[in-house]
Amino acid sequence: MRPLLEVKDLNVVYTTDEGQTHAVKGVDLTLDRGEVMGLVGESGSGKSTLALGILRYLPRNAEISGEAVRLDGLDLLTLPRRRLREIWGTRVSMVYQNPSTALNPSLRVGRQLEEVARFHLGASGGEAEHRVLGVLHRVQMPDPPSVMARYPHQLSGGMVQRCVIAMALMADPDLLILDEPTTALDVTTQAVVLDLLADLKQEIGASILYITHDLGVVAGLCDRIGVMYSGRLVEKGPVDRIYDRPRHPYTLGLLACIPRFTRGRERHTLPEIPGSIPRPEVRLAGCVFAPRCPMAAELCGARLPGLREVSPGHDSACFFWEDVPSPEIGLHPVPELKWEDKGGRVKELLEAEGLVKDYEPSSGWGSVFWRHRKMLRAVDGVDVAVGEGRTFGLVGESGCGKTTTARLIAGLATPTAGQIRMEGEDLQAWVGGRSRSQLQNLQMVFQNPEATLNPYRTVGQALLRPLLLLRGMRRKAAAETVLDLLEAADLPQSYFPRLPGELSGGEKQRVAVARAFAAGPKLVVADEPLSSLDVSVQGRLVNLLLRLQAAEGTSYLFISHDLAVVEHLSDEIAVMYLGKVVERGPAGRVLRPPYHPYTEALLSAVPDPDPAAADVRVRLKGSVPSPLDIPTGCRFHPRCPRFLGDLCVESEPPWRDGEEGHRILCHITW
Amino acid sequence: MSRVPRLSKEPVAFAGAVVFVFFLLMAVVGPLLVPYEYTELVPADRLVGPSADHFFGTDQLGRDVFSRVVVGSRNIFFLAGSGTLLALLLGTSVGLFSAYYGGFLDEIITRLLDVLLSIPPLLLGLVLLGTVGSSKMNLVMVVALLYLPSIARVVRSMVLDLKTREFVDAARLRGEGDLYIMFREILPSAVPPLLVEGSIRFAYSIFLVASLGFLGLGVQPPSPDWGLQINEARNYFRQAPWMLLFPAGAISTLVVSVNLMSDGLRRVLVPGQGGG
Repeated sequence: MRPLLEVKDLNVVYTTDEGQTHAVKGVDLTLDRGEVMGLVGESGSGKSTLALGILRYLPRNAEISGEAVRLDGLDLLTLPRRRLREIWGTRVSMVYQNPSTALNPSLRVGRQLEEVARFHLGASGGEAEHRVLGVLHRVQMPDPPSVMARYPHQLSGGMVQRCVIAMALMADPDLLILDEPTTALDVTTQAVVLDLLADLKQEIGASILYITHDLGVVAGLCDRIGVMYSGRLVEKGPVDRIYDRPRHPYTLGLLACIPRFTRGRERHTLPEIPGSIPRPEVRLAGCVFAPRCPMAAELCGARLPGLREVSPGHDSACFFWEDVPSPEIGLHPVPELKWEDKGGRVKELLEAEGLVKDYEPSSGWGSVFWRHRKMLRAVDGVDVAVGEGRTFGLVGESGCGKTTTARLIAGLATPTAGQIRMEGEDLQAWVGGRSRSQLQNLQMVFQNPEATLNPYRTVGQALLRPLLLLRGMRRKAAAETVLDLLEAADLPQSYFPRLPGELSGGEKQRVAVARAFAAGPKLVVADEPLSSLDVSVQGRLVNLLLRLQAAEGTSYLFISHDLAVVEHLSDEIAVMYLGKVVERGPAGRVLRPPYHPYTEALLSAVPDPDPAAADVRVRLKGSVPSPLDIPTGCRFHPRCPRFLGDLCVESEPPWRDGEEGHRILCHITW
Repeated sequence: MSRVPRLSKEPVAFAGAVVFVFFLLMAVVGPLLVPYEYTELVPADRLVGPSADHFFGTDQLGRDVFSRVVVGSRNIFFLAGSGTLLALLLGTSVGLFSAYYGGFLDEIITRLLDVLLSIPPLLLGLVLLGTVGSSKMNLVMVVALLYLPSIARVVRSMVLDLKTREFVDAARLRGEGDLYIMFREILPSAVPPLLVEGSIRFAYSIFLVASLGFLGLGVQPPSPDWGLQINEARNYFRQAPWMLLFPAGAISTLVVSVNLMSDGLRRVLVPGQGGG
C-alpha cells in the first residue's frame, strides 16, 4: 500500500541578515496510514522546521527544496499555494506547543470551534454546532455545551489543549501534527492528554507526527520513532527497537537522560550528554554528533555517515552502530560524586512554621471601600524544615502554592502568618529587613531562564555584584572569583563579557546557579529550575546542583512538579495540594506505598519510558480548584481517586503517622 | 547582533533621518551662513517673490524669508528639544518611582497624570502661558509638563511588568538598594520603548511650539519663529504666498521626518510591537 506521507531528501534553508542557516538537511521519511511517528530531538534540532516544511507552512525567508513530498500522492512541493491552503486545516492539521496562545482570548470557545467547522467544512450554523459538540465529545471534554459558552481564560490549560486538539480533529484530517502538545502542561495534565491521544489513535485512524524533546513521553503512544539531531535524522525505527536497542549514541544519550524512579536509592548524579547542540550555521565535514560523541573515532570527523538499515525497518546514521551498547550498560558518563556522610543527627538549618499567605483577589480602590472581602489563601499553614547539607523537595501541581512558599521563605513576599528561622535566628519577613549575613545564607535559583538574568548585564556583572555586596570583596579579587564560579558551573571563562541573549536556556540556568553560589549560601531555594529546560539539559543542571552540594555542604529547598527529579535530589519530600502539605517524610518513604491518593496520582502521571510498560493509570479528574473556593472537608476530595464518601466531604482529615516520621493527611487508614 | 545595519534596512526611516540631520545642521550652522541678517529691513524690497537674491522671497517688512526660516529653526529645535528632554527626564522618574513603589502613591500619581492627559495640550498650554507669561524658559517648562504624563505612563506600564522579573528578585536577594534596582536593573530594559516614545513626543512638541508661536504665545517678535511667521503671513497670503508656504513647509517636513524616524526606531528597537 502506498504510504500516506512520503518525504524524500527534504531541505530547509533560512536566509537571515546573518547569512544562511541549513535547518533541515536531506531528510527522508515515510508515514503509513494510521501510524504514529515520534520525532524526537533537543531544542534546535530542526524537528518543528521539518514538520512545518513538509506542509510548506514556513516564513518567507525559508527556502524549501527536495526531491519529493507526497501526501497521498499529492506533491506538496509543487502544489500552488491556493490548493495548499485548502489542504491546511482539512487534510492536515496541527496542534502547537503553547495552548494559552492557540485560542483567541476574546471569543467564546464554541464560536471559535464553529468557525473552523464553517470555514473548512462549509457547515451551516446548526450543523456547525452539532459538529463541535461531537468533536468535543470525542476529546472526552466534560460537559461540552458549557465549555462552548466559556472564554479560553475560564478553562484550565489541559482543557484548552483539548479544545485545540478538537479543533484539529474537526475536519477528520489524514495527518495530524502535534508539536510538543504537552510540554507546557503539568505532569498530571500531561498524563491525561497523553491518555486521550492514545485513545484517539485507536479511534480516528489519522496518521500522527508527534514532535517532542522527551523520549519518556512518547513510548506508550508511538509506533515508530525518528531521532533528529542538527537538522538530520540520525536514527529511525520501530518504537520497541529504539528503546531496547538504540543504534545511535545520541538516541542512547537521550534515553539515559530521562529521570527514572530509583525508589529510595542514594542520591546520585544523572547521565548527561556533554556539550550542546551546534548552532545551525556551523558546518562540519563529518558526523554532526561527533563533537559530543563518546564513541567518536577519526572516521567520524572526516566523513558524513548516511542513514543505513541496521535491521528491518531500523536505520541508523552511525558508522559504529554495532558498537553502540545497550541502554543498561549506557555510554554517557555518569559523573561520580563523593558524599561525606557525617552521620548522627542532622541539625536543622531552616525552619518555617505555619506559613500562611493571603492575597486580596483584586487590589485598587475596591480595597478602600469594601473592607471585608474574601481572601485568596495561596498557602495555608505550611511547615518546612531543611537540615544542614540536606535537600528538602516540595512537589505539587501548578497552583498548589509551592512557588509562593519559596518566595515567603526567601522574603520576596511577606507571610500573613507564620515564622521563619534560620540557624535558630528569626528572619525578617521582607528581604529588605534582613541582615547581610542572612542574605548571604539564603539564595535562590528561579524558574524561568529567560527572566532570571538581566538582558542588559553581562554574565560577569551578574556574578560580580553578589561578591562585592555580600562577600565584601574588592573588585579585582571578585573578578578572579567569578572565573572560578564559571568553571565550577561548567561554563567557559570566555562567557564573562557575554550578554544573556547569547546563551542557551541551560547555560543561563547554570549562570543563575553560579550567581546563587557566589554569595556562599548555606541554603539555596530552587524554584522549578528544570521545568523549562530540555530533558538532555536537565541532567546536567541536576548534576551541577549535586556536585556543588557535595563540595560546599549546601542545603536545598527544591521545588518541582516532577516527582522523578525530586526523588533524585531529595532527602525529604513534602507533597503540596491547594496550599497545604498533604504528605511528608523521608524520600524513600513518601514514594513507597502506602501513600496519599494525591501522591499516588502524581507518581502515576510520570510517563514511563518503556513501550511495553503495564498500563496502571491513576488519573485525576478535573483541575485544581480555585483557592478562593476551597472544598470542604478534605480539600482533595472532589478529585480523589479513593474518595470514601461523606466523611471526606464533611470533616478535615487527620495526620496519620507512618514509619520514620512519614505523615499522611488522609481519612484512609492503612 | 548589531542594530545599526538593520536601521539601514528601513529606507523610509533612513530618508527621514537624512532630512532630520539636514534640519539639525541648518539649525546649528545655518545662521552663520545666511545671506541676510534676520532682522534686516529693506523697505524697497517688500513682498518680493523668490529669486536668486531672496531664495524664499521677502516679507511685508522686506526681511529675507529664507534667512528667517533658517534662523527660526534654532528656536524650534531648542524649545521642542529641551522641552522633550525635560519631559523624558521627569516623566521617566515619575513613572519609575510610581510603578516601583506602587500602592496609594501610585494611585494618586496615576490619577493626577490622567487629569493632565484629559485636557487638550494646546488649551492647557495657552492657559499656562497666559498666566505665567511667555518666555523661552516658560515655553520649555510648558512643553515638558504637557508631555510628561504620556511618557510617565509608558514607563510605568513597562516597570510594572519588569519589576516582577526574576532578575529583580535576584537583586533584592543580594541586598541591592531600591535606587540601584530602579535605575540599574529595571530602567535599561525600558530604554528602547522610551526612545521611541521620546521621538514621537519630539514631533508633537515641534507642532506645539509652532502652534503657540502662531497664537502669539511663543517666541516674541522680532525673533524669527516659524509659527509666528505663518501668523504674519496670513494677511498677505494672496499677494505673497511664499511667506506662508516656506515656514509651513519647514514645519511639516521636519515633523514628518521625525515621525518616519520614530516609526523606524520602533520597528528596530521594539520588535513585534506593531508597525511591522
